[in-house]
Amino acid sequence: MLSVSDLHLSFGGIKALQGITFEAKPGEITGVIGPNGAGKTSLFNAISGFYTPDRGRVAFAGRDITGLTPDKRAELGIARTFQNIALFRGMTVLDNIKLGGHTRLKTNVWQALAYFGPARREELAFRAEIEERVIDFLEIDHIRKAPITALPYGLQKRVELGRALAMRPKVLMLDEPVAGMNREETADMARFILDVQEEFGTTILLVEHDMALVMDICSHIVVLNFGQQIAEGTPAEVSRDDEVIEAYLGAAA
Amino acid sequence: MITGNLKASYAADERVFDNRNKWAFFAASLAVLAGMAGFANDYVILVACQMGILLIAVVGVNVVTGYTGLISLGHAAFVAVGAYTVAIFHAGFAGVIPDGLMALIAIPVAVAVSALVGIIVGLPSLRVKGLYLAVATLSANFIVIFLIEQEAFAHWTGGMVGINTPAPDFFGWELDTKREMFVLIAALGVLTLLAVQNLFRTRVGRAFIAIRDRDYSAEIMGISLLRYKLTSFAISAALCGLSGALFAYFYARILPEQFELALSLELVAAMIVGGMGRTMGPVFGVIVIVMVPEVIKSLFGVATGGEASMAQLLAPLQDIAFGLLIVLFLLFEPLGLNHMADRALRAMNRWPFAR
Repeated sequence: MLSVSDLHLSFGGIKALQGITFEAKPGEITGVIGPNGAGKTSLFNAISGFYTPDRGRVAFAGRDITGLTPDKRAELGIARTFQNIALFRGMTVLDNIKLGGHTRLKTNVWQALAYFGPARREELAFRAEIEERVIDFLEIDHIRKAPITALPYGLQKRVELGRALAMRPKVLMLDEPVAGMNREETADMARFILDVQEEFGTTILLVEHDMALVMDICSHIVVLNFGQQIAEGTPAEVSRDDEVIEAYLGAAA
Repeated sequence: MITGNLKASYAADERVFDNRNKWAFFAASLAVLAGMAGFANDYVILVACQMGILLIAVVGVNVVTGYTGLISLGHAAFVAVGAYTVAIFHAGFAGVIPDGLMALIAIPVAVAVSALVGIIVGLPSLRVKGLYLAVATLSANFIVIFLIEQEAFAHWTGGMVGINTPAPDFFGWELDTKREMFVLIAALGVLTLLAVQNLFRTRVGRAFIAIRDRDYSAEIMGISLLRYKLTSFAISAALCGLSGALFAYFYARILPEQFELALSLELVAAMIVGGMGRTMGPVFGVIVIVMVPEVIKSLFGVATGGEASMAQLLAPLQDIAFGLLIVLFLLFEPLGLNHMADRALRAMNRWPFAR
C-alpha cells in the first residue's frame, strides 16, 4: 500500500535517514521503532511530504508520490497524527474533526457564501457521517462542543485520531499515539487502533516507544537506529535480533 | 433562560441562530436599522453610513487577519481600488451603459478588480508571515496610493486633487440623499455579515481558521496553503472593494489621501477592539471606533465651553484620549468587545440559575 525504497535524508552533515526500505502492507499494522533520534519522525515527515528526501522514493498504491506536497498526499488518502498533538486549538472538537473531511467535501466559495443549497446539504450529510463514523466510534460524543484547550491530554490524542479518521484515509500514520498516557488510556487507544484496522480495513503505520503495545498490535516491525534500518520482520523475529537488542540494551552482556 | 441543549436534528445544531436570544437579537437589529432609515435625524444617518462603509471593510480585514491569521496593514489600498474603479467606470462608460444600470455593473466590477489586486498583494503571504507580511502589505498600500497620485494617470484618477463621484442610480431610482444611501449601505452590511458567517460554517472558512491555528497541520488535512491563503486575500479585498464602492457613491469626491495608512490602521484597530476572528467583532469595533471620537469631541466641546481658540488648543488631546482608550482595551479585554458580549449572552441564557 505504502512503500518506501532506499530513502536518504540529511540535514547539513547529519544523516537522518540512510537507505530506508520497507512496505506497509494493505490492512496491516506496521510498526516503526528505534531509540530517540533514530529518525522515526523524520521518516514520517518524509512520507507525509514535509521533507524532500535526497534520494529514494515514496510510493502509494503503486504511484510515486515523492514530489507531491503534503496536501496532495492527503488528498490521495494519507492521514497522520503528530507526536506533540497538532490540533487546531482555537476550535471545538467538532470543528477539528470536520476539518478532516476537507478533501472529501466539494463546496466552493460561492456555495459557501450562500450556504443554503448545496453547501448545507453537504455539511449536514457530512455531519451525520462523522457523528457515526468518528464521534460515536471513538466515544467522544460528550465533548464534541468542547474547545480543545479544555481537554485532558489523552482525549486530545483521541480527537486527533478522530480528525485523521474523518479523512477516511487509506493509510493512517500514527506518531506515538500513546506517548505520555497511563496504562488505562494506553489500553483504550490500542483498542481504538485495532478497531480502526478491523472496521475500516485501514493500513496503519505506527511509531511508538511503548514496546508492549508495538509487539501486541503490529504484524510487521521496522527498526531504525541512527538513521539506519537495522532490522525488519515480525515482532518475534525483531525481538530476537541481536542488533536490535544491542541498540536497545547496549552491548549484549 | 435556556434550560438545556435540546436539539433533535443535526440541522438544528448547525444553525447560526440556535436559540431564542440570538434570534431576538437579530430581529431587533433589523428593526433598529429599519427604524433609523425612517426616523433618525440627518446626523445619525451620516454617522451610521460612515459606520456601515467602515464595517464592510473591517469584516474584510477580519477574514484575512482575524480568521486566516495573515496580518495585513494595507487594506486601505483595496478600499481605494474599489472607490476609484467605480469613479473611473462611471466616467468611462458614461452614455454607453444606461444610468439606471451603471451602479449594478460598476459595483461588481469594483469588487472583482479589488479581489484581483488582493490576490496579487497576497502573494507574499505564501513565503512570509507575521511582521514581514505586515511590511509587505504596508508597502502595497503605498504603491497603490502612489500610482493613483501619478500625473500620468491623472486623466482617470484626478491625481492628487481627487475625482468627483456620481450618486448611484438603480433603474431610475437615484440615491441622491444620505438617507437613501443608508438603506443601500445597511442592506449590504447585513448581507456581508451573513455571507461571511456562512463562509465559516463550511469547509472553505474552516480551512482559513486551520491555516491560522496551525499551518502545517492544515496541510496534512489536504488544505492547499497557496489556494486558501490567496482565496482569503481575494475575499477580504473584495469586501474592501465593496466598501470602497459605497465610499465613492456616498461622498461627492474622493481623494487619494483618504486611503492612506491611517485608514488601514483604523480598520485593524476596529477589528482588534471588536474581537478578531468573530462574526460580530467588526460590528462592535466599528461602533467604538466611530462613536468614541464623536463622544470625545462633544465632551471636549462641553469642557471648553464652546470657545473656539480653546477647542483648537485641545484638539490633539482628542487623538491622545482615543489612543489611550485602545491601549486600555488591549490591556484589559484583549479578546475584544465580542468576548464581553459573549459573556453577557451566556449569563442571559443561564439566568436565573447561574451568572
